[in-house]
Amino acid sequence: MKRPSFPFVSRVSAPLRATYESLPSPVRRWTMPALLVVFFLVALLSPSFLNLYWQQVLIYVGINIILTASLNLVNGYMGEFSVGHAGFMAVGAYVASILTVWVFPRWGLGAYVPYLFPVALLIGGLAAGLTGLVVAFPSFRTRGDYLAIVTLAWNMIVKSVLENIDAIGGPRGFMGMQKLTSVAWVYVWVVITIYLLRNLVYSNYGRGTLSIREDEIASSLVSVDTRKVKITVFVLAAFFAGIAGGLFAHIIQFINPRSFSILKSTDVLVMVYLGGIGSLGGSILGATVYTVLLELLRPLQVWRWVVGPLLLVLLMIFRPYGMMGMREWRFLVPREERVESVAALMARIRRKREAVAAPTPVGGSSD
Amino acid sequence: MPVLRIRGLTHYFGGLRAVHDFNLDLEPGELIGIIGPNGAGKTTVFNLITGVYRPTEGEILFNGHNLVGKRPDQIVSLGIARTFQTIRLFKNLSVLDNVRIARFARMSYGVPAAMFRLPRYVREEAQTRERALELLDLMGLSEQANWVASSLPYGLQRRLEIARALATEPRLLLLDEPAAGMNPGEIAELMELIQWIRRRFDLTIILIEHQMRVVMGICERIKVLDFGETIAEGTPAEIQNNPRVIEAYLGEEAVA
Repeated sequence: MKRPSFPFVSRVSAPLRATYESLPSPVRRWTMPALLVVFFLVALLSPSFLNLYWQQVLIYVGINIILTASLNLVNGYMGEFSVGHAGFMAVGAYVASILTVWVFPRWGLGAYVPYLFPVALLIGGLAAGLTGLVVAFPSFRTRGDYLAIVTLAWNMIVKSVLENIDAIGGPRGFMGMQKLTSVAWVYVWVVITIYLLRNLVYSNYGRGTLSIREDEIASSLVSVDTRKVKITVFVLAAFFAGIAGGLFAHIIQFINPRSFSILKSTDVLVMVYLGGIGSLGGSILGATVYTVLLELLRPLQVWRWVVGPLLLVLLMIFRPYGMMGMREWRFLVPREERVESVAALMARIRRKREAVAAPTPVGGSSD
Repeated sequence: MPVLRIRGLTHYFGGLRAVHDFNLDLEPGELIGIIGPNGAGKTTVFNLITGVYRPTEGEILFNGHNLVGKRPDQIVSLGIARTFQTIRLFKNLSVLDNVRIARFARMSYGVPAAMFRLPRYVREEAQTRERALELLDLMGLSEQANWVASSLPYGLQRRLEIARALATEPRLLLLDEPAAGMNPGEIAELMELIQWIRRRFDLTIILIEHQMRVVMGICERIKVLDFGETIAEGTPAEIQNNPRVIEAYLGEEAVA
């Protein structure tokens, strides 16, 4: 497979990595947590040195990272083509908003809404996750283009259902949310999302997901319970999309069904394929680059909405693997899964076998 | 008691009768061969046993479990593994992952345990990693654990497919033309390998093969299919002299 390389990136990253490798191992172990804490503090203090516009851009970047990473699970790791991610986002956005605007105040918790915000997001995510089953069940029997149509239908159903429920504003939308989403909150949710998804990807379920993409029949014939894996993937992808929806609702403070149309889903698709399928690092990169790009293209006004779909078409033709397709940033790979750890374990196993000197017919010890 | 007991197995693809009244009793530890011309229904039998197709008629009992109507992954978990006529590895994944995926049903931690890296996940993953690498080492793939599967040379891809099947911890192994596309040297190595894994993992094996050298060399019993019908059954010597087999392979004139 052809993979793009970026010499200008490695020119910067190689010395950084060399410095990192030269550090003593306890320092290395704590580098990542320390960096995460530092970035959190920066995010917390960002309102004091960033104007509202740039704060908002950062928040959109974060929300898009969550959307992209979760859709990558379905489109990149499992190899399905879901085009209805905004539908799940809508469920999360509406549920979380109803909770913070109506439910919590009605229970006399109005004053605590900022503290209950994470709870509202989680419930919104759970509701979205539950609706993920709507796509998971058809996926047992339907693949590829046909499943894509199911997801498209899902997106449209959500939109028209929301447009027809007058109690939550119908086509006029829903408002009254406080501006609860801050750079710090988004940062925390991004870190949680990426951490949890990374753990999943490097597990039995993650490998099962990849095997479905590679060859579904073969995967069921080596004992992968494909139904269980599909349910897991669709529900989790929908869950995180729901979280992103809740965050989104509490930054723009006004949502209407049109915010979650197929156009929104297309944006997420572009970010997935721009960053690269089957890569969380790629999702972070794709979401960041695309979000910033759209901001820079603001002077184009309506025409900038042509950029997304056009980019998607061009990407699928010329760079189907995106910037980071099937590769991963080293810090996102669990220590014990890295190439050198596996090689070291292999060497140990080989020494152990050679000590016992069990003969094998394939000359495993000679090469 | 037979490991595998097949009675009256029949399968139609629309109007085409692919397999008709196939019967088999397989004793533990046996190595039997299924041969027959192209399109005789050999691979269909494997697909019926492993649940890829649901038989039109007949019953399949494996260690007392009825396999008809079970999903492939359930059947594999009961202890039946197979390889494919055309290699079907997970091409873009590493050699190690190819083998680990086959341990899916042997791991029991749940999704939350994976996402939060609970002790159970850590323990089972460490165990699986070690088991998979041990198996790769035994199969002579220790140097290639980190390679992408598609970058392996052909012979090693075949071997990886067998390793992946073994990783499911089978009692019964179904090999579908493992020698296809191999040169005489590789075939000799393969025959040795099959006999070795049979002893090492205490397996019962069914082998579909076109290479007569392999079938006649290592199988204790052979079944011959033609147009879905079982036309002969017996030891390699009996099969070689059976007129119906010669007819099926070489045409009627050859017998006359």
